[in-house]
Amino acid sequence: MPQWTLFGLHQGSASTRWPAAGADAGQAGVLGMPRLDARRCQAGCSDCADACITRAIRIEPEGAAVRVALDYGRCVACQLCVEVCPSGALQTSPDWALAVRERDDLVWREALASAPARELASGVRRVFGRSLHVRHVDAGSCNGCESELQALNNPFYNLHRLGIFFTPSPRFADLLLVTGTVTYAMREPLLATYDAMPEPRWVMASGTCAVCGGVAEGGYAGGHGLDGVLPVDVWLPGCPPNPAALIHALLLLVERAAPTFSRGRHVD
Amino acid sequence: MNGCESRTLAAAGLVDACTELLGQGGRMQFAYAWFPEPGLAELRYVTAPAARRPFVAWKVQAPPAGEVPSLAHVSPLLGWYEREITDLCGLHFAGHPEPDPLVLHDGASAARAPLSPGHDADAALCLQARPLRLPELRTPHAGREVQLLPFGPVRGDVLESAQFVFMYLGEAIIWYQPRLFFKHRGMERRFQGLRADLGCLLAERVSGVGSVCHALAYCQAVEAACGCVPPPRALALRMLLAELERLYNHLHYLGHLCHTTTLKVGEAEGKLLEERMKQLLARLCGSRFGRGLLTPGGLRRDLAVPAGWAAQLESLCGQAGRYGDMLEATQSHLDRLQTTGHLDRRVAFDQGATGPVERASAIDRDLRRDHAYAGYAALPLVVPVREAGDAHARVQVRLGEIEASFALARHLLDALPAGAWRAPCTPVPEGEGLGWAEGPRGSVFYAVHLDAQGRLARVKVKSPSFSNWRVFPSTVHDSNMMDYAINEASFGLSIAGCAR
Repeated sequence: MPQWTLFGLHQGSASTRWPAAGADAGQAGVLGMPRLDARRCQAGCSDCADACITRAIRIEPEGAAVRVALDYGRCVACQLCVEVCPSGALQTSPDWALAVRERDDLVWREALASAPARELASGVRRVFGRSLHVRHVDAGSCNGCESELQALNNPFYNLHRLGIFFTPSPRFADLLLVTGTVTYAMREPLLATYDAMPEPRWVMASGTCAVCGGVAEGGYAGGHGLDGVLPVDVWLPGCPPNPAALIHALLLLVERAAPTFSRGRHVD
Repeated sequence: MNGCESRTLAAAGLVDACTELLGQGGRMQFAYAWFPEPGLAELRYVTAPAARRPFVAWKVQAPPAGEVPSLAHVSPLLGWYEREITDLCGLHFAGHPEPDPLVLHDGASAARAPLSPGHDADAALCLQARPLRLPELRTPHAGREVQLLPFGPVRGDVLESAQFVFMYLGEAIIWYQPRLFFKHRGMERRFQGLRADLGCLLAERVSGVGSVCHALAYCQAVEAACGCVPPPRALALRMLLAELERLYNHLHYLGHLCHTTTLKVGEAEGKLLEERMKQLLARLCGSRFGRGLLTPGGLRRDLAVPAGWAAQLESLCGQAGRYGDMLEATQSHLDRLQTTGHLDRRVAFDQGATGPVERASAIDRDLRRDHAYAGYAALPLVVPVREAGDAHARVQVRLGEIEASFALARHLLDALPAGAWRAPCTPVPEGEGLGWAEGPRGSVFYAVHLDAQGRLARVKVKSPSFSNWRVFPSTVHDSNMMDYAINEASFGLSIAGCAR
């Protein structure tokens, strides 16, 4: 044992100071959701929509013309639309912190109307202060989301430093963090977990599968995510959301971070 | 079927053929069914006669009326494949020793088998929950205070959903059954009707921590079906990604195993090294899981190794080596691994153990060497094998593989071929192909059938965890509760890959 104690002391702290200080969120090089500039779209082109297996991009008729509809809640950041786009209307971006409080904020709109600042009706901060206890339920994921959630407790992200903890029992949980598409067999255990949580309680849909069903949406066994299953307070698409995106979403819930995404666009 | 040899058999000849294959030292790999046309069901058994010889796919037409003989008595690992075929394709096997549903949940029902022709793609299964079916206890346990513990599907900590049912007496586990298919997403059905290049995105999402090996096996199956050979640069970069995937998985494995033996600093170090490996992977290719690169025909874009990247990998190699040495010198940690979860060589073979699990039970087999693909034949590959069959042997195999994978990555980086990274891969109507890869957890197989338009008609996914979960319970019976978590962690299983 002493060699491990010495080893630990010698190694020192490996944790990032982000987001309190510094910019090292650990995601250098990670490709996020693509950005769209519809003014550069070519008439009659539907290459991006044809390549999008989760139907995040659709070409919709609008009167005599057509328009591009883009829903980041359905995006798995596969980058295929960027690759097939002939005119550069779609570009890669580092946008991975997509947590929002309204599902609608993930839908890209042509005109960016100035929206009034929204208050979080839930008042999480008033109830819990700055801390949070999280119960995770895997409702049918590919294990990518779990891999990143488990990473939150590695020394680099060290979630505990932010006063956020995973708890085994739903009885002690403030937040139900759901991953996966909600398969037919996980629906009941998921609802039972929610029912076992004391009020007030919050729900986060984490990962594109939990937001809309993702690549496994529908079919004989897959579901459509949490929409219509549980009341969702934070939506976080991503395939999977990386640990920094998860931290941003958790801090967004306890009002310690601001959304970086609104009305389908990154806000700087 | 391209990528392997084919042989047509009659259903009545199956038992003899299987007995003969095993008698000659061959082994069964996996089995599946598909419907070349409505009303015509065909079974495929993929077999390996010997190392360094092609796989042989047996084609067996299912008799329109009547059953196919079960091979579970001859080759026990086929038991799960046959049950899966019954659940998903509606074919029945005569004389199956465990004819219960496997992939479909107990109490699930569908108007038609989900993979059979005429099944409505949007028709969801009905689920009528049933009480647990438990074995009847006979002497010497009958009448004693046997405890029942159905644990899960929502378990403590951040874990994948599955239910583990224990019957135990004091500390001793009398009976154990994992229920693994709560997460069944029907992934094989999702492939059907997709363009072959888009199918790769699905393959990357069958098992997140096996994104690269699944994509690799899938791409190779499509390339076999279409007669496409990717350029050397694409092959080298694919192997590099696959070895990096093995590294972050094995480092996670070591950290998680320390969690179960409560070696806290060891856990922190293992998971920190895993994180650094994922960050390196992201800097190389834009995804922490190596997604978005592979495509039938090669790679979707070229990769440039960032400046300083190889030096960081080298530094990580040194840290991982020191970490492994420290683990192997920590007696309190080893005490909990040695003799725990012993898997006999014979059981490992019969039940189809794969990857580090079989290699820790003295079965010397690695698809990268024995059925070389993607250019592995030209690499200096080391395959560590251990005899002991316990949790410690499974650790030692992985420690050896970490060293070997760093060496392979170094070798690949030193001599990365220049040139094209993608060859055209035009779908061949009604093409069929078999692809495979040795993932971090063992053998991944994809069998791909294209339809008359060149779209995906049937994709069968064989993941390593489907094999190893089948084996695992045999090491739990008659063990004790205290060792369970250590034993499970020492297998390094994924549930998403198994349930699909």
